[in-house]
Amino acid sequence: MIALVWEGGKTLFSIPSYKLPHLHEVFGDFLRRGAGGESWAWIMAQNAAYTALEGIVGFVVGGIAGLVLAIVFAHSRWLERGLLPYVIASQTVPILAIAPMVVVWLGTSWVSKAVIAAYLTFFPVTINVLRGLRAVDPDALALMRALAATPRQVFLRLRVPTALPYLFTALRVSATISVVGAIVGELPVGSRYGMGVVIINAAQYYNWRPANLWAAILVSALIGIAFYHAVAAVERRIVRWQPLAPAI
Amino acid sequence: MRGLGEYIPALIVFALGIAAWEAAVFAFSIEFYLLPAPHVIVASLTENWPVLVESGLYTFTEAVAGYALGCGGGIVAAMAASRSPAFAGLILPYAIASASVPIIALAPLAIVWFGIAQGSKIAIVTLMTFFPTFIGTLRGLLSVSPDALHLMRSCAATEWQIFAKLRFPHSLPYVFTALRSCTTLSMIGAVVSEFFGGPVKSLGVYIKSTASLFQTRQAWSAILVACALGLVFYFAVALVERVATPWRAPREAV
Amino acid sequence: MIDIRSVGKTFSSQAGATEALSDVTLSVAAGEFVSIIGPSGCGKSTLLRIIGDLAEPSAGEVSVRGKSPRQARLDREYGIVFQTPVLYDWRTAIENVRLPMELAGRPRAECLSRTATLLRLVGLDGFHAHYSWQLSGGMQQRVAIARALALAPSILLMDEPFGALDEMTRERLNAELLEVRRETAATVLFVTHSIAEAVFLSTRVVVMSPRPGRIARVLDVDLPQPRTEGTRALPRFFELVTAVREALRKSGA
Repeated sequence: MIALVWEGGKTLFSIPSYKLPHLHEVFGDFLRRGAGGESWAWIMAQNAAYTALEGIVGFVVGGIAGLVLAIVFAHSRWLERGLLPYVIASQTVPILAIAPMVVVWLGTSWVSKAVIAAYLTFFPVTINVLRGLRAVDPDALALMRALAATPRQVFLRLRVPTALPYLFTALRVSATISVVGAIVGELPVGSRYGMGVVIINAAQYYNWRPANLWAAILVSALIGIAFYHAVAAVERRIVRWQPLAPAI
Repeated sequence: MRGLGEYIPALIVFALGIAAWEAAVFAFSIEFYLLPAPHVIVASLTENWPVLVESGLYTFTEAVAGYALGCGGGIVAAMAASRSPAFAGLILPYAIASASVPIIALAPLAIVWFGIAQGSKIAIVTLMTFFPTFIGTLRGLLSVSPDALHLMRSCAATEWQIFAKLRFPHSLPYVFTALRSCTTLSMIGAVVSEFFGGPVKSLGVYIKSTASLFQTRQAWSAILVACALGLVFYFAVALVERVATPWRAPREAV
Repeated sequence: MIDIRSVGKTFSSQAGATEALSDVTLSVAAGEFVSIIGPSGCGKSTLLRIIGDLAEPSAGEVSVRGKSPRQARLDREYGIVFQTPVLYDWRTAIENVRLPMELAGRPRAECLSRTATLLRLVGLDGFHAHYSWQLSGGMQQRVAIARALALAPSILLMDEPFGALDEMTRERLNAELLEVRRETAATVLFVTHSIAEAVFLSTRVVVMSPRPGRIARVLDVDLPQPRTEGTRALPRFFELVTAVREALRKSGA
């Protein structure tokens, strides 16, 4: 379907190959040999794995941090009032703009990219988990009280299950943006591996070999999609009692 | 209306945070290129004001133009799709799947297609804001309760009346939720697209190039400008929302 | 006024066909107040929806003032009240009442005076500019009743309108409804599962039995008019309540 629109549009509007290469050229790019004699598919796979790893590390760290902070907020009115406004405000400002600064602090290694991915994951998780912990039905809470449940039991048996769908909705959103974070973190000069670097290089040599950039972007998109669906798959296994909430 | 007292802890944290930042920079004599003290950033802000304003306006124009195109297009497309719920149900999964695509990675391609200047950034912002608005609007238009529709039917309302007096106002809260989150998306889209390449006098390029030269003060002041513009944009839309949907009960922040 | 002839309704789903209504025949004269009572699943709401052209019968036919339900709907003969108020949150109380008049393209001046009269009628004089979240459940349902009366419909269809309210509010609204009706003279079809409510309000009570829904018995309510709070204390009131309860039991509810 997409292939049809792609090639059809190209022929119909006679779009030149430097703007829109043929599909077989894009896929053919993977088979090409790079400077060192390695195939592009292999080079691309290595860089993709690098970016994916940065993304995963950041995603896990950011997810845990967000979870912990949300639980702390749920227990401390004062901390919540002091810090939550900033977490919320972070949703209204382009925090990704500080990515180059993180690279200045932490160098061009994978650590800085993982940190960027982590803080992009962190904010939505905090907000959604807090919302979930609050979303408990008052009657369900009264029931727990009537059953003389301890605060720990209330938390584990009522609040956590209520919050789980909220957590996963945030995690699905974060899955994609953690990849975006890793790629953007690779853009500043000095980085040597990752899809961000591949994209920047391919963009520089675009006139020479347009299919290369298309292939790089295709791979980046696939990483994001794979992340998203991996999280969704876990969600379906854990949150069995309700359908997936829409992410946007 | 919540009292000002609600914000006191946040203000204390702000003051403490700034003070701790200053103190830490001074006490540990942190290199200026790693983390400049707040007063240095403010000084840099005034120093580079003309450049920052020019770059800020350039980037902000991209964000607003892309936002207008993307959100406007999303709303119109959703209205068209809502004419046929079956068709809408068919394309909705694809629109939702777009959430998993890192659209920003398309920025270098957009440069090829629309040029290095504002066109390519506007294209990326348009693409980033289109889907969330489309989905939000469509969901709002289709989620009216069956009894509300029955009521319209029993009054022999025309299709147009059902749209104008029921579906459209019902969808507004959904539309504005999308419109608010798209303000942030549009600023991110504009600034980060510029990281991939753009003219010198734009926030993204300014941040990226000053950061790579370890001119941290300048980079931070530009980040500050980007954040301020993001906030202004967000609250402008929130204000329009307040005026356009006066019937809604005051709500909690979270 | 309303003629229902051998109406049946079958819903088909993956689990197979369910017969919701079977061979329902009933005739309602102008000015009557007819309650339809029965257990959940006896198809009473479905019957109401078929009369109001919100659902199609699978068998039989309905005529309303000699017209098809569809034509009656297009002629704006119906006022309708649901179990939930179905107020539009973006409209104030008075704007909600005005909705049917807007849809019918009535002139603005007429809308203004009529909506004010209606809100006074349902006892909401000081609440014109309130949004629905600022009104209690009982008040919301009063707005819904005023809205149903906006175009002075000849038929009022009420689908368990007080089912979600507490007993006290319910009794008060029962009395108010009768007062309101005295001024409008509409024919009322009233679905409920409260026996006392059915007897107190109606001139006739139709008892329905479930699976498939059919009419088990029709009882005339010969309580004196006008009905007042005193009506609830009459021995005849208790006799009729008992009779309806018996009919329900016999019908297998």
